[in-house]
This record gives sequence, C-alpha cells and structure tokens, in this order.
Amino acid sequence: MLTLSGLFLAAVIGLAPPASVCAGDTPNDQGQSISLTWAAPSESVAGQIQPPFSSAESGGSPVESAGQVQPLATPAESAGSFIGYLIYRSTSPDSGFAIIGNEPSARTEYMDSDVKDGTKYYYRVAAYGETDTAESAVAGPAVSHAQWFNTSRLNILVMTIVICAIFMYYIQRARKGAKMYIRKIAGLDAIDDALGRATEMGKPILFSFGLGYITDLVVIAALPLLRKIAKKSAEYSTRLLVPSSDPIVMSAAQETVKEAYTESGRPDFYSADNINFLTSDQFGYAAGVDGIILREKPGAIFWLGYFYAESLIMAETGHSVGAIQLAGTTELTQLPFFVAACDYTMIGEEIFAASCYLRPEPIMLGTLKGEDFIRFWLIVLTAVVVVIGTVDAIANHRIHFLSSLFERLVAWATPAYE
Amino acid sequence: MLKRTVPLVIVFFTAVILIIAFFIPHRPFGDLESRFLNWTAIVGGFTLLLGLDSLTKHHLVKIWRRQQGWPYSLMLVLSLAVTVVLGLYSWFKYQSPFDLRAPFMWLYTFMIIPLQSTMFASLAFFIFSAAYRAFRIRNFAATLLLIAACLVMIGNVPLGSTFWHGIGGFVHAIIPGVDVTKFAGLEGFASVKDWLMSIPQAAASRGINIGLALGSIAMSLRIILGIERTYMS
Repeated sequence: MLTLSGLFLAAVIGLAPPASVCAGDTPNDQGQSISLTWAAPSESVAGQIQPPFSSAESGGSPVESAGQVQPLATPAESAGSFIGYLIYRSTSPDSGFAIIGNEPSARTEYMDSDVKDGTKYYYRVAAYGETDTAESAVAGPAVSHAQWFNTSRLNILVMTIVICAIFMYYIQRARKGAKMYIRKIAGLDAIDDALGRATEMGKPILFSFGLGYITDLVVIAALPLLRKIAKKSAEYSTRLLVPSSDPIVMSAAQETVKEAYTESGRPDFYSADNINFLTSDQFGYAAGVDGIILREKPGAIFWLGYFYAESLIMAETGHSVGAIQLAGTTELTQLPFFVAACDYTMIGEEIFAASCYLRPEPIMLGTLKGEDFIRFWLIVLTAVVVVIGTVDAIANHRIHFLSSLFERLVAWATPAYE
Repeated sequence: MLKRTVPLVIVFFTAVILIIAFFIPHRPFGDLESRFLNWTAIVGGFTLLLGLDSLTKHHLVKIWRRQQGWPYSLMLVLSLAVTVVLGLYSWFKYQSPFDLRAPFMWLYTFMIIPLQSTMFASLAFFIFSAAYRAFRIRNFAATLLLIAACLVMIGNVPLGSTFWHGIGGFVHAIIPGVDVTKFAGLEGFASVKDWLMSIPQAAASRGINIGLALGSIAMSLRIILGIERTYMS
C-alpha cells in the first residue's frame, strides 16, 4: 500500500526498483522451476529499504526517457504510471540479461518454468511504468532441482500411515476371530421388501448408477448391491433394467448381472438388451431414464451411484409411477432431494458399508471397526480444537500459548494439495 | 485362478505406486498421476464405441421387430446418423466440428442446448412437488425442516428484506420508541439464513463429509488389499 509520503517520494524521484529480490529453487516440485519473490517498489520507497532509483539523474528535475523530456509526475500520476514488473534472466551475473516474462503491479512473485536442472541462473526484476524503468540488483545464482519428498504433504503422509495402521490392526483382529458388530442399515434391509413388492405387482426393477464412472468409488460400492438385486430378480423371475450413462459402467453391470444370474441358476434369464447405454449427456440421460420409467412403470427403483441435478427429476418421476425407491449417493448436495423423493436413502458412507453388510465376514467388518475407531478420535480431536479456539477467542487472543497452539493445530490439519 | 490373481496384483501395485507418487515430486513419480489420467481419458474415448454399439443394436432390434414405440427408436437412429454425418462434414469443411459456422455447431446450439435447458427447467416443478411432500407437517422433524426451509428461502430473496422492513414499521407503530433504522439494519431474515447455513448446515454436512472420507479410505483399502473383489464380477 502506498503511503502519502511514499507517493510524494515516488513522484519526486521516479520509480524505485523492487527490493529484496530472492531467486531459489521452487520447493516440492519435480524440478525445472525457479521461484522469484520481491518487495514492491512502493514499499521500498515508503520504507526506504532501497536507495531511490536514479535519484541523481532525476533529482527533482524532469525525467528523461527514450530521448524525450517528461514533466515530473504528480504523486497520483506517478502511482498511476507504475504498470508492472519485467523479469530478466541470464546465466551470467554481469551480462546477457533477457526478458523472460512480466507480472502486473499487484504481484510480487514469478515462477520461471523454462529452466534446466543444475544450471545456474541470475535474475533481475524491473519495475516499469509508462516512462520509467527501475531495475533491481542481480539475484542468484539459483539452481533448480527435483525433490524426492513433498514436505508440504508430511501431515497427509503421517495421517495416511496412522489410518492405514489402525485399519490393518482391526483387519488382523478380525482375522484372529474378534467379534465385530454392524448396525442395521434400513436402506439395505428394504431391498428384499422392494424386490418382493415389484415381483408381486408383476413390474420390472430399475437400477441406476447415475452419471458415475467406474473410477468413482460409489459406483464400485454399488456393484455388490446390483449383484444382490440381480440374484433376487433371477430367483423371482423379475426383469431388471439397468440404463447406463457410461459404457464401461454398462459393461461392468452386464458382467455383474450375468454372473449373478448364472449363480442363481438362471443364465437364460440374462438379456444384454436390459442393461444398455443411454447417453453420457446429463439431461439426455435424465430424459431417457424418465422415458423408461413412464413406459415400463417399474415397481422398485434403486438410485445407487453418482448423481447431480438430474437426481430429483428422475426420483420424482419414479415416485409418480408409485415405485418403491431406494437411494444412496456420496454427492452431498443431492442427498436432500433423495430424502424428499425416495422411501429409503443411504446417507454418507452407508453405501460404502453395503458390501460389508451383504457379506458380513470378519475381515470386511474389521475395516468398518477401524473406521469407527478413527471417527471417534476425530470427534475427540475436533472437540478439543474447538474448545481451545473458543477459549482463545474469549480470552481475546491474550493467552499466547493457546493462540499459537490453535493456529498450529489448524495449520497442521489443513492439507496442502499443491 | 489367473483370471482373479492377475487383476488383483495389477490393482495392488498400481494403487501403491500412485500413493507413493503423491508424496514424491521427482520423476518418474511426479507426473504419474496425470499420465494415468491421460490413459483413462484415452481408454474412455474408445469405450464410447461400446456404448454406440449397445445403443444402436438396442434400437435397431426394436425397429426390426416393430416393438412398441419403434418410431421413437427410428427417430433416435436417424438423429444419431445425421449428427455423425454433420460432424464429419463440419470437420472436413471447417477443420473442426466446433467451428461457429459449422452445421454441427448449429445442431448443438439450436437443438441440444435448448433440449438440455428444457430438462433442467423442468427441475423447478419437480422441486416444488418434492418440497410439498417433504415439508408437510407430519412430525416435529418435518416441522423444523419446514420452518428452516422457509427462513432460508425468505433470507435468500430481496422480498425477505422488504418483509423485515415491513415488520420494523409495524413494531414502530406499536412501540414508537423503537428505532426503525436500527431494526431494519439488522436484516433479520438474511442473518438467520446465514446462521442456519454456516452453523447447523455446515456442521451436519462436514460430519457427513468426514464419514464419507473415512468410508472412501476403508473402501479403497479393501480394494487395494483384494478384500473387496465384487468390482471384478
């Protein structure tokens, strides 16, 4: 921020060069990058960090630029004439500097991504205006190299190791025969009722993964449910329709249903025509599924997968034909729509627990137990941090130890993705 | 045996390498994630042929057998053919089907976008009918939901501010000592909406999100360790 005295000084002496220019290897990257930082010239003028640019030349007299004599700028004009920074680079500290980029006046950093690892580079940053240019001193040498560990992700690594260790511990415990318990999930218990109802009414069953891809965990988690539903549909001789929005999901669904029918002793019941691809377009898919619902009038509909705004369009259409509907998605924004339109909704991670619920083997339940253990300690940790933060706020940040502890905890718990 | 073991081994090693790559910026690990994503995109592009095959086969059979609604299937197949022909024509003539002068773009702008918008617009009516059912006063929880939803809706629209000023005027008429300007400045509905969204709503959604994250980790571990195999059929 320019102070009044800084503005006045800038007006009298012209542009000041950027101060404190630092060039160094960009941390936590795969090399071929050098980062530059500097202090804005206004700060250096106001704070007198650097000697003013060519004060001897300008010295209160009009500034000469490109052969033309410019009148001395008023403070406002001087502030307005400052445009940005030019970045110069060379492999020698004394000569050969060439412009490699520019930055607007608001920025005070630059990343040079066009460098060779192991080569020494020198930099200069010049503040330039309409009439003036003020170059900084040479910064460097800076050498780029790739890092073998991203230190900003240390907290994630520690948490990953701790979480995996807890999971492995509970899986081992389960393997040794420790008793595990899984609570009732109403949505999963309702599957049999829904299938029975559709069979009694002589109507087909519809299953949708939404717009999910096979790379989405929720789609993988829904596949065991499709298998269970397919098995039952084969037992009851009820047609199962699976319209898909992704060809790979369609293939996975076809294989799952085919195998389930074979396991139920009804391979003849399988028809690839019932598990088909509609379109990858969001609302095209919604229109297609709505059409199927209105034509086929399914008795039970399962919405298990990844859904966006089309969720309510499809679920409301399902409701309008009187189908019993069961939904489960990890997309938080769509959960209220499903809760409003469907008979049963699996909230949050319940859908991930589905495979454990359907196959309650100790080793599967071990992972759920580990999940609950971590959740408990997360609740405790969150509560402790909230209490520390609240006490710190009530004390008006006067207890330095609490303020520092709270800030450190929050900073440590904030993951770095860059 | 091989049919099961080989995919499990591939899954295990791929997952472990990608997890390691997340922490190591050095080559060859640093750009591994983007490389894998590129592969996924390339494979995904080819699988569209699978979808096309399924779609055309399904509808051609329907037309051939004159099943119920076959004219719609005919329409779909014809539309598909016209789109492909126009896309190829635009590609040859304008070097890109997405050139603004290309007939393919015309098709996209004047047919596909309006159709998408129409479907999206219909959402408003579905929200209305779903909200009616969800907000019916059946029990205490539904009543709370109704009140919270009404407050959020009023707080989100300019009408809410007008209502609040109206209430201020009313209060001032009854109790002349009340400073209407200060009362109006409180913007009660907007403040209540902000509080509802940033405290109870955010707390609940963060709780669900933490559960989802833990569920995802547990599910991923089950897949990596080969405990969960249902995705392989």
